[in-house]
Amino acid sequence: MALLEIKNLCVRVDGNDILDNINLSIGRGETHVLMGPNGAGKSTLGNALMGNPVYDITSGNIFFNGLDIKEESPDKRAKAGMFMSFQNPLEVPGISLSSFIRNAITQQTGEKIKFSQYRQDLGSNMELLNFDRSYKDRDLNVGFSGGEKKKAEILQLLMLKPKFAILDETDSGLDVDAVRTVSEGIREYQKFEDGALLIITHATKILESLHVDKTHILVKGRIVESGDGTLVEEINKNGFEKYQDM
Amino acid sequence: MEKERTEVDDIDRSIYDFKDSEEGFYRIKEGLTKEIVEKISEEKHDPEWMRDFRLKSLEIYEKLEVPDWGPDISGLNIDDIVTYVRPNTKMSAKWEEVPDDIKNTFERLGIPQAERESLAGVGAQYDSELVYHNVKDEVSKTGVIYTDMESALTGEYEQMVKDHFMKLVPPTDHKFAALHGAVWSGGSFVYVPPGVKLDIPLQSYFRLNAAGAGQFEHTLIIVSEGADLHFIEGCSAPKYNVANLHAGCVELYVGKNARLRYSTIENWSKNMYNLNTKRAICEEGASIEWISGSFGSHVSYLYPSSILKGNDSHAEFTGITFAGRGQNLDTGAKMVHIGRDTSSFINTKSISKDGGISTYRSSVTVMPTAENAKASVSCASLMLDDISRSDTVPAMDIRTDKADIGHEAKIGRISDDAVFYLMSRGIDEEDAKAMIVSGFADPVSKELPLEYAVEMNNLIRLEMKGAIG
Repeated sequence: MALLEIKNLCVRVDGNDILDNINLSIGRGETHVLMGPNGAGKSTLGNALMGNPVYDITSGNIFFNGLDIKEESPDKRAKAGMFMSFQNPLEVPGISLSSFIRNAITQQTGEKIKFSQYRQDLGSNMELLNFDRSYKDRDLNVGFSGGEKKKAEILQLLMLKPKFAILDETDSGLDVDAVRTVSEGIREYQKFEDGALLIITHATKILESLHVDKTHILVKGRIVESGDGTLVEEINKNGFEKYQDM
Repeated sequence: MEKERTEVDDIDRSIYDFKDSEEGFYRIKEGLTKEIVEKISEEKHDPEWMRDFRLKSLEIYEKLEVPDWGPDISGLNIDDIVTYVRPNTKMSAKWEEVPDDIKNTFERLGIPQAERESLAGVGAQYDSELVYHNVKDEVSKTGVIYTDMESALTGEYEQMVKDHFMKLVPPTDHKFAALHGAVWSGGSFVYVPPGVKLDIPLQSYFRLNAAGAGQFEHTLIIVSEGADLHFIEGCSAPKYNVANLHAGCVELYVGKNARLRYSTIENWSKNMYNLNTKRAICEEGASIEWISGSFGSHVSYLYPSSILKGNDSHAEFTGITFAGRGQNLDTGAKMVHIGRDTSSFINTKSISKDGGISTYRSSVTVMPTAENAKASVSCASLMLDDISRSDTVPAMDIRTDKADIGHEAKIGRISDDAVFYLMSRGIDEEDAKAMIVSGFADPVSKELPLEYAVEMNNLIRLEMKGAIG
């Protein structure tokens, strides 16, 4: 069985049916891209996979690592190896970025990592992301710019080393340089064994330097087409127009 | 699941050494009488002026009405007041009788057995007396006087006590101030001589063991010209009291160019009516800093006041209030600007959950004499669910044009998105919420000495346990 298996998934938000019968299968180490026009339901899929309680799964199943996780709380899903980089990361005063990540690692692994080791890992990952070191002691996302918030998300991805990560519009609102460093971080994650990805985006800039196994087009809550990495280029050229009437 | 709340049930009336109604033989006359007050005075070996003061206070008490503007205190039977006073003198509480959840909380806060017993008002007299005397020796070398109110009153500081006792909070202030004047017992007396700056905070932590002293205790602190003191009252463990009324009084005199920082974390058992009065007066160039944490109690009325009498004097109030199920906590601060170039800052946080009610109430008065006064009020509330309540009542009375006044209020609910965000990183719901609440409280914890900050965070975690589901 694939690492993530989504079967006939239907999702409702605030009484509106958003996702209609989604089927998707992502294997270990695979990178999938989910594209589609605004309002197609891309973020809804990410949130439903991660267990956001606002998103109501009306039917279907989500299997992760062979287990049905549909009823599990987000923290259980994270502990099972799932991760989501948020489109709008939340600001949490009172806890520093560094101690938050360390706390999360402890929660997930059940053991405290050595501080010296941790500091070294954090430092080298921040360097990779061209992320000013002083941010590690600042309160989580508080007063961070849009770009810094996204870097902080990718930093968490690299530190937490999940089996599968959803990147929800990680490239939105970033300038060219920031997109480049963020995608470098993502490439680093791909290098991990079995590091699988679902990259949600409506732009293609972030995908330029990444290896993509599969691309899915989501329009009006339905996956209307799936293909390999070349589908990205086609969308890049022609947009979503031809899918709008499907 | 093990019960982790610090809540205690209603008091077990059988622990009183007299019986209710019918059996007239043991029955004490309802209401507080002159005889009872005289008896207290006699047992405490009061000087004559104090005896007269108590009786005068009793007269005032009888004339004043119960406040009608705050949380409901009808559950407090004023006619039964004597039952709150009496157990003090005859209390024979045993450690075994302290409710289990209180004991568990002590354990969770990591407080050693001996201190737990003393915090609960029982036993361990010897140990804590010893610690207390050690602190006292060190401090007394600097010329600072730190003793209990009774000793101060009957010893060489009698005149000093007489000059200051309830001069700042007169018994006419309100009914419970009058009650305090009549029946007060226990508390701390601190005198810091001119120019003496104490490096370590003075703590009343070890002084709570005096039998029943937690209920009508009087704290009198005099910081002389150019001196500096940090005083910490109480601790964050629940103060267990068999009776459920607390009407303490704190009077702080801050001399010219002196500085006083007064920190308290009050955590009463959840059957308590906490009607506490705290007031400070600042002379020229003086500054008072209040750090106040209000946890526990059933109902609280607590508004530490600062009177900025001298020119250039300064007051800061930083407070946090946490109201859970069955709690109605009405807290805030009061600032009175009299001198020129005076400044005051109020910064409060309040949290309510499980149907708890938290009201922020403050008053800032700038008198016509207070030219160039500067006052700022900032209050923020966080509600953890739909059934809790948070109100803000900030009053301002500005009687001069030459003043700089600012006000900011924020009321919000805990963000589901933030909870989801933290949970998506593997943190469970309870911890995620506790993390957000701790973060909200952070500006206050930062002001506390480390061990108190740690205890306050533990306390928030304890309060948050069981908040889910």
